[in-house]
Amino acid sequence: MSQTNRLPNGGRIDRSKVLNFSFNGQTYQGFEGDTLAAALLANGVDIIGRSFKYSRPRGIFAAGCEEPNAVLQIGATEATQIPNVRATQQALYAGLVATSTNGWPSVNTDMMGILGKVGGKLMPPGFYYKTFMYPQSFWMTYEKYIRKAAGLGRSPTENDPDTYDNMNQHCDVLVVGAGPAGLAAALAAARSGARVIIADEQEEFGGSLLDSRESLDGKPAAEWVATVVAELKGLANVTLLPRATVNGYHDHNFLTIHERLTDHLGDRAPIGQVRQRLHRVRAKRVVLATGTHERPLVYGNNDVPGNMLAGAVSTYVRRYGVAPGKKLVLSTNNDYAYRVALDWLDAGLQVVAVADARHNPRGALVEEARAKGIRILTGSAVIEARGSKRVSGARVAAIEVKSHKVTSPGEWLDCDLVASSGGYSPIVHLASHLGGKPVWREDILGFVPGEAPQKRVCVGGVNGVYALADSLADGFEGGVRAASEAGFQPVEAVMPKALSRVEEPTLALFQVPHEKSTTRAPKQFVDLQNDVTAAGIELATREGFESVEHVKRYTALGFGTDQGKLGNVNGLAIAARSLNVSIPEMGTTMFRPNYTPVTFGAVAGRHCGHIFEPVRFTALHAWHVKNGAEFEDVGQWKRPWYFPKAGEDIHAAVRRECKAVRDSVGLLDASTLGKIDIQGPDAREFLNRIYTNAWTKLDVGKARYGLMCKEDGMVFDDGVTACVADNHFIMTTTTGGAARVLQWLEIYQQTEWPDLKVYFTSVTDHYATLTLSGPNSRKLLGEVTDIDLDREAFPFMTWKEGLVGGVPARVFRISFTGELSYEVNIQADYAMGVLEKIAEAGKKYNLTPYGTETMHVLRAEKGFIIVGQDTDGSMTPDDLNMGWCVGRTKPFSWIGQRGMNREDCVREDRKQLVGLKPVDPNKWLPEGAQLVLDAKQSIPMTMVGHVTSSYAANSLGYSFAMGVVKGGLKRMGERVFSPQADGSVIEAEIVSSVFFDPKGERQNVE
Amino acid sequence: MQHYSGFGLFKHSLSHHENWQRMWRTPTPKKVYDVVIVGGGGHGLATAYYLAKEHGITNVAVVEKGWLGGGNTARNTTIVRSNYLWDESAHLYEHAMKLWEGLSQDLNYNVMFSQRGVYNLCHTLQDMRDSERRVSANRLNGVDGELLNGKQVAEEIPYLDCSKNTRYPIIGATVQRRGGVARHDAVAWGFARAADALGVDLIQQTEVTGFRKENGVCIGVETSKGFIGAKRVGVVTAGNSGHMAKLAGFRLPVESHPLQALVSEPIKPIIDSVIMSNAVHGYISQSDKGDLVIGAGIDGWVGYGQRGSYPVIEHTIQAIVEMFPVLSRVRMNRQWGGIVDTTPDACPIISKTPVPNMFFNCGWGTGGFKATPGSGNVFAASLAKGEMHPLAKPFSIDRFHNGALIDEHGAAAVAH
Amino acid sequence: MLHIFCPHCGELRSEEEFHASGQAHIPRPLDPAACTDAEWGDYMFFRDNPRGLHHELWIHAAGCRQYFNATRDTMTYEILETYLIGTKPQFVNQVPAIRKGDQA
Repeated sequence: MSQTNRLPNGGRIDRSKVLNFSFNGQTYQGFEGDTLAAALLANGVDIIGRSFKYSRPRGIFAAGCEEPNAVLQIGATEATQIPNVRATQQALYAGLVATSTNGWPSVNTDMMGILGKVGGKLMPPGFYYKTFMYPQSFWMTYEKYIRKAAGLGRSPTENDPDTYDNMNQHCDVLVVGAGPAGLAAALAAARSGARVIIADEQEEFGGSLLDSRESLDGKPAAEWVATVVAELKGLANVTLLPRATVNGYHDHNFLTIHERLTDHLGDRAPIGQVRQRLHRVRAKRVVLATGTHERPLVYGNNDVPGNMLAGAVSTYVRRYGVAPGKKLVLSTNNDYAYRVALDWLDAGLQVVAVADARHNPRGALVEEARAKGIRILTGSAVIEARGSKRVSGARVAAIEVKSHKVTSPGEWLDCDLVASSGGYSPIVHLASHLGGKPVWREDILGFVPGEAPQKRVCVGGVNGVYALADSLADGFEGGVRAASEAGFQPVEAVMPKALSRVEEPTLALFQVPHEKSTTRAPKQFVDLQNDVTAAGIELATREGFESVEHVKRYTALGFGTDQGKLGNVNGLAIAARSLNVSIPEMGTTMFRPNYTPVTFGAVAGRHCGHIFEPVRFTALHAWHVKNGAEFEDVGQWKRPWYFPKAGEDIHAAVRRECKAVRDSVGLLDASTLGKIDIQGPDAREFLNRIYTNAWTKLDVGKARYGLMCKEDGMVFDDGVTACVADNHFIMTTTTGGAARVLQWLEIYQQTEWPDLKVYFTSVTDHYATLTLSGPNSRKLLGEVTDIDLDREAFPFMTWKEGLVGGVPARVFRISFTGELSYEVNIQADYAMGVLEKIAEAGKKYNLTPYGTETMHVLRAEKGFIIVGQDTDGSMTPDDLNMGWCVGRTKPFSWIGQRGMNREDCVREDRKQLVGLKPVDPNKWLPEGAQLVLDAKQSIPMTMVGHVTSSYAANSLGYSFAMGVVKGGLKRMGERVFSPQADGSVIEAEIVSSVFFDPKGERQNVE
Repeated sequence: MQHYSGFGLFKHSLSHHENWQRMWRTPTPKKVYDVVIVGGGGHGLATAYYLAKEHGITNVAVVEKGWLGGGNTARNTTIVRSNYLWDESAHLYEHAMKLWEGLSQDLNYNVMFSQRGVYNLCHTLQDMRDSERRVSANRLNGVDGELLNGKQVAEEIPYLDCSKNTRYPIIGATVQRRGGVARHDAVAWGFARAADALGVDLIQQTEVTGFRKENGVCIGVETSKGFIGAKRVGVVTAGNSGHMAKLAGFRLPVESHPLQALVSEPIKPIIDSVIMSNAVHGYISQSDKGDLVIGAGIDGWVGYGQRGSYPVIEHTIQAIVEMFPVLSRVRMNRQWGGIVDTTPDACPIISKTPVPNMFFNCGWGTGGFKATPGSGNVFAASLAKGEMHPLAKPFSIDRFHNGALIDEHGAAAVAH
Repeated sequence: MLHIFCPHCGELRSEEEFHASGQAHIPRPLDPAACTDAEWGDYMFFRDNPRGLHHELWIHAAGCRQYFNATRDTMTYEILETYLIGTKPQFVNQVPAIRKGDQA
């Protein structure tokens, strides 16, 4: 198909590079340099989608990120689908596949459109709040259809094949926007030697200069752009980021830039390349040169394809060599828009008329148009357009802005393109992300950035400086200011000369009057993407929604993917008129990041899948893998859970592992337990304060179990601490609690007791810990160590230094299984060798590696708690029946002592940790199951506790559990019941939590 | 009150929707009210509604410094569930849940309460234990709940990555099928309209600047529009509760933190329920408009700026991509923040205060929206009688002194 | 994202390296046993939570692991100063914070 609307020449496109692409299944051609929107217009495609609510046909309306209609689905494969791409911002590439997001069976003949026409009247703002209520049960059915109709594009259903990056950047001056003001600012800052980043959302730098009629120093403006870009590129202190949108302005001058590295090449990044990058920038100074967005006028049927933003028409003609129509009617309230008529005329096309709402416009561009014979209807505006799938005419009538009245019957003009310009809105989004309220300026009829604490300068259009010469000067000056505030010496320079011409003020016209009232006039759209009309806004105010936020929320104004870039100011002007207040009194809604949408993947960067969070492996991990371990996530660690042999499930493996430990010897990798090296003359006193029990008398060479509480008296960690020297201890913590505990020690030492001389070093990763447990552990260890393991020489709860497997080690004789156990601590990088020696020597003892599951069973048989499993942050040591571990007479009021003596913490009927023995020894109480005293009571039941740990019948010969029960310690022998989801009830007896070897005789094996 | 219905909508369409009534009046404050409620968010408006409807107390004003429903009501991720662990919380939130079921009809305002099911994912064995504990407690408390294994989760939630290729593989989940989402603004507006119809004065754009006391007893509020007398005052100001307490002369066990959230661009339905993960810190649902609504975490510092730090957003999106890798190419549209009043035990404070006749309802932290009708209902009863409603009693400020906390923090395996 | 000057390192660093630890200048009572339940509860849980200047405790967790104090405006998030533990802030609120005893 030929490009019917392509102009014979002009545009920043490469006509020698023809690109094929498809839209809604049909193949088209465009040129390199086109945007998808430009190429679609070149091919005469009018309807690119259907509107959200009324299913009205819609065409391309703008040329930049403010585009509300041309929101398309892109992607040639399932995995590379991209929803909601604005055709105006998508560079054309060969093979691009685009489809409309709504419309059935097609956008041209859409069935929903008929429904929209009929049903549209039933869908004023908030209609869904007023209906679909009856009968109550039907809402989910109604909602199913509402959901189906909503949404724009679709997510891929396959995983993303592309990769994304994050990059941290620091600069002296970040320039946002590379239009005239931004380029001037960047030049000023860069020449001073400051580190500069300049980012712009478009494919190339230049902004409005890329399609400008203006000349600079007598040459086309684009030539100046090329010179400046060349200079900036040559400077080592400058980073240029085209295709990069500064999307968020965060506190303390932290900004994010969304750079699209390959989206112009294809929907999948070339192999080895990153698709998009999120720059995380900390800038000393920021120059905002974000420019303006043109506002359309709001008139009847202003949404029919063929209605466009005036400036966009110029952009398509001059930048892309595309004429989005043949016969133009321009409706404006300002001088600047006249360039559109001049550009149209220059392209050899027909300007039917310009309707100017002002009564006697005499600006330079107006006069130029007049001189060229363009018909200018003053005091007039397009009050409605005609056409169903494409504009076929526009009615221009005389209007009176003050009284909001049409004062003449008007005249239907035959045309296929209505361009409108209602003035310009500075792009204050970034300037307002941190809450700085924009300020209305009546002279330019726009909001400019308000005062803000952040270190930024606004230049050019966003600053309300519109004329090219002024904008260049403002930009340069802003760049100088930013650089010098960042500590650099600016360099003088002269900006190129631009023609300055007389421009008359813009007239405050937003919604164009119609002879019918707003409610009865043809639909006048304010927010095209959300189908918000002027009538809808009036209705909202009539129903009592008087705050701008209420109006927004009730009508959905500005809720689209364009976030109201085109519609918001018009909308609040209409609301203000309706409420009879001024625009500044009405105020704006909040501006929030993002300026334009950002791919989730780009924000996530590389932090997905296995590197979503760091994985911690012990020094022995490879050995576990080799021995077939299944792993459990504990904090960030991968811990062996159990070591199944062929054909074994977890239960069989755990049974075997448990038996091996009880009968001979097992091996556990305990390296993940937190280890903190504590040194200093006051180390012992510090332990006294931080642990619940006493440490004064712990001799060198001994180790002790300790409980740690928070100030509220609730247990939060536990572990064994060994005395290495009088001023030196090694503390162990739970695996998950290691970092917490270190910070806990530090905060008390640094803020409460800085007088205590004590120092903490995390040594968790420095040592690997191999636990040998079982009656044969002494014999086995004896074969690989020079340490005297004799019962008397090396008693329980002591530790010794020596060689294990030829490597220096600290060996602790402590036990978490109830069996004779040794914990061997070796410098981590030697651990694998030592393990291999032990494993070799262990063969004759059936040395069996075991994982966390077996460890849990064995410790539970002994009634040892696991903090975090048997406790939950609401249990005191007494609740755990661990009063023996509380030093009630210690002189210093240790952490937790006061807390555990509060009124509620000394109640007798608190939940207390007990053993639970199911009456049926083969029944297993689910971990977490709730307990009641009376299983026959009605719901809601009175619960008395729950199961914290539970294990199937094992070496004990019966299943058993630990749990908490209200007043449980005084209920020994009583029964509790656990009603299950399936209606069954498990009955259990309250027993001591020590099921195995209550006297601790297993420590005494020879 | 003008009755809303499909037929009414049709009738009004014939007159071009020109004759809809105002949803509420803009009244001039009276000199004195039986009850003045400070804060016109969902909880405050619900309180006013139930005072009028259930207790016949209609001489009530709601004083709001900005616009109705403009605080956290307007900023939350609209999740409704009642599957709390502890009895006290479960009963309170289930009370709310029962009111949600039927709220649209009660208010004659469609709050779009959609019981799409709320899933809480389990990634570790301890998650599974905690979930069994919670579901088991829920069941015995009369709150629906099921514990699913990994296979069931994969079957019920399309596109959720239940493979072993994730950093923290999903091994199960709880589901409360009666849980879901509601349209947040509609909740505020529905309560406002219904309360107004019963005679409650909704006074917007009026800031409370102090509390007047006589012999230590609260007798009204000082506002930017003058003094308003009150026999009882209920303060329901969420993030600003600490400030209100300061004006009243006492402190609260509350800190106000930024809580952030974000939405994607609207896309076709892909997420059908509410999915929450505590372990990877993300939760997600999809609105009727098609936006993915994603809750982020709270910042660790006190902040009243309705915005938080970028890394919080970043981490949340990482979590979402980790859970749903197919969403990697979907785009984030907008982020925002609210100010949540957090308590040390992640449970609210519904309580008398050191000042007689002054009651506070605050500390809902990140979980307030789901409680809106229940919170208003029990607070209204408490204000009407001058004595705390039985469901509110455990939530007294006293618990921070006597130690009877209701610690929902660690125990519930649910993001708070 | 905040930019915080660590007084120990002498550098401005990004918030990600730090961890906020709540209100500063809340000393642990010297004789906890002498505290009533109410006083102990106040110490543990009750905070000023001001709109405006807030003196707060931070740790340079991924840096020097030292605690320090900061004066930060909770409305604007501007950090006015950071200072060492045991020293006094230069910037203080006009209105004194409510302490035990002022309670109505």
